[in-house]
Amino acid sequence: MLPNMSLQEKSQKTAHPSGDNRFKLLDRAITKHQGRGDSLIEILHVAQGIFGYLENDLLIYVAHAIKLPISRVYGVATFYHFFNLKPNGEHTFVLCMGTACYVKGAEQIQNALEEHHHCKFGQTTKDNKVSFITARCVGSCGLAPVAVLDNAVVGKLTRDESIKRVEQMRNSVKATEQTVQEVVV
Amino acid sequence: MEKYILPNIPNYHKIDVYEQHGGYAALKKALQMKPDEVIDEVKKSGLRGRGGACFPTGLKWSFMPKGNDKPKYLAVNGDESEPGTFKDRQIFEFNPHMMIEGIIIGCYAMGITSAYIYIRGEYRKWIKMVDGALADAYAKGYIGENILGTGFTTNIYTHCGAGAYICGEESALMNSLEGERGYPRVKPPFPAQKGLWGMPTTINNVETMANVPLILNKGYDWYSKIGVAKHPGPILVGISGHVNKPGVYEVPTGVPLLTLINDPQYGGGVPNGKKIKAVIPGGSSTMVLRGENLEGVNMDADSLKAAGSSVGTAGLIVMDEDTDIVAVLARIAHFYHHESCGQCTPCREGTGWLEKMLHRFEHGEARQEDVEMLVEVANQIEGNTICALGDAAAWPVQSFVKRFREEFEKRVKVKEEVEAA
Ligand SMILES: Cc1cc2nc3c(=O)[nH]c(=O)nc-3n(C[C@H](O)[C@H](O)[C@H](O)COP(=O)(O)O)c2cc1C
Ligand code: SF4
Ligand code: FES
Repeated sequence: MLPNMSLQEKSQKTAHPSGDNRFKLLDRAITKHQGRGDSLIEILHVAQGIFGYLENDLLIYVAHAIKLPISRVYGVATFYHFFNLKPNGEHTFVLCMGTACYVKGAEQIQNALEEHHHCKFGQTTKDNKVSFITARCVGSCGLAPVAVLDNAVVGKLTRDESIKRVEQMRNSVKATEQTVQEVVV
Repeated sequence: MEKYILPNIPNYHKIDVYEQHGGYAALKKALQMKPDEVIDEVKKSGLRGRGGACFPTGLKWSFMPKGNDKPKYLAVNGDESEPGTFKDRQIFEFNPHMMIEGIIIGCYAMGITSAYIYIRGEYRKWIKMVDGALADAYAKGYIGENILGTGFTTNIYTHCGAGAYICGEESALMNSLEGERGYPRVKPPFPAQKGLWGMPTTINNVETMANVPLILNKGYDWYSKIGVAKHPGPILVGISGHVNKPGVYEVPTGVPLLTLINDPQYGGGVPNGKKIKAVIPGGSSTMVLRGENLEGVNMDADSLKAAGSSVGTAGLIVMDEDTDIVAVLARIAHFYHHESCGQCTPCREGTGWLEKMLHRFEHGEARQEDVEMLVEVANQIEGNTICALGDAAAWPVQSFVKRFREEFEKRVKVKEEVEAA
């Protein structure tokens, strides 16, 4: 059974009947991108930007809105690493493990963070504040070792600096509103 | 030497500044020529693609069918995902108009009315910058309908990737542009016959396109004399790893690798006076070279080929004497396994095997036979797959083991341990 069929039925109308205003933003993006051959990926980008991750429910909503089979939408969403099907913590610390960063000590940073913050890479801190993620080369090798902290590239990282940055993230207040603004403009 | 792709001109990314320095003059010139003459000019310049394979650009363009009976496309490859490569980003940031001008000229030469610039999703900031530059070029009438009153029309769009290395492979890139999963396609048919949406398509790297206005402006003869004759032009070299001044440097082709690493203008030497143990010259797929064998090896296609490697994306990764070669290869192998799309068995399974075996080497659990086995598995992948990711995964393994065999043998479990176990 598909999860939440009722929601799918409801979503036939534009703007989600749940009253969640975020769907209005998504609808706007769908209207804007529809007709372009590459629209599905563009729309998934926007959807993830608004909701943080791509829940099954959301994928069904998108499939319905742009009249594609759910299997196609799901297949695309799972193929690309950029799309998350599960929620992350409030912040993300994405450590580059590409060749250049590796030779400049990315692994030592990984070990130091895991030890200091009691959280393995691939997981989220217990307070749900920071997700630790490793990535392939992020294209900033001149700044190695590099991490992407909430979409901002930070280079020439040291162990102490990384620990401090994560502490700051864990002490900060929620930043989701701002991110929503950014994707929609 | 003078710089053309990344000149030291403040605000060169702004259209007015770009125009003040002769920007878009090449386009005006090209539009006065016949499309075939433009292709011919690029052919004679000797320009070879900067996306990894060094394919002659003019020749590639000449494969496109003539006439306008069906739509044709240009896809500009800015996926820039080869580990150690960070050069196209400099063009997006500091000289987007030169790339855009090159794209319009390419479209004119091949009779193309839609071009897509595919940029990796992690480069969102730069996608916005390119979008801004495109809007300015539209406003000036360089893109869009009836360009500069010549009757020629073309549109350019950006497309945001979604984090998959394989989408840099040209046919996977086309699938991705169509909104599909990024699976490489079986060739033939080649993109020039059947590409995007089944139509004739050319795929070129971002830096390749940025070279085109130079050729039109100053003539093929001038261009062909920059650097080495068989692989001419300015080239962006990204230097990373153990150097004092990592970064992207524009040089003519043919500069010695040791100059790139040690000259204060470029890499500025290895920190703390350490020795160079190994160099990957052109991004992680290219074959590794030993530090002591770099004398006489230059950054151009022929020289690197003779040395047993290739130019790739000119992403030079330097490793000092303290580097754990086995661990580096284990990371590279993990990368290719993770990024394999899984369509072909040799690649899907082989990259997994390589990763597992290298993990054993890294943790002192490999056996003596495993050294040969590594090469054997890599050989099974090479040449037996749909796309070149398989080769890209095999080459590092083959070359690391061939050139640093002692490092692998050192990590083998000693015999007594094996017997005791
Ligand atoms: C696995 C794989 C990844 C690739 N990634 C890129 C890339 O990120 N950027 C690029 O320009 N070419 C990449 N290429 C090469 C392209 O397939 C293609 O040859 C190139 O874009 C052609 O442009 P050029 O002729 O201007 O060099 C990749 C190839 C393979 C096999
Ligand atoms: S070689 Fe690897 S990445 Fe390329 S098509 Fe085959 S499985 Fe996919
Ligand atoms: S290897 Fe980390 S940015 Fe390239």
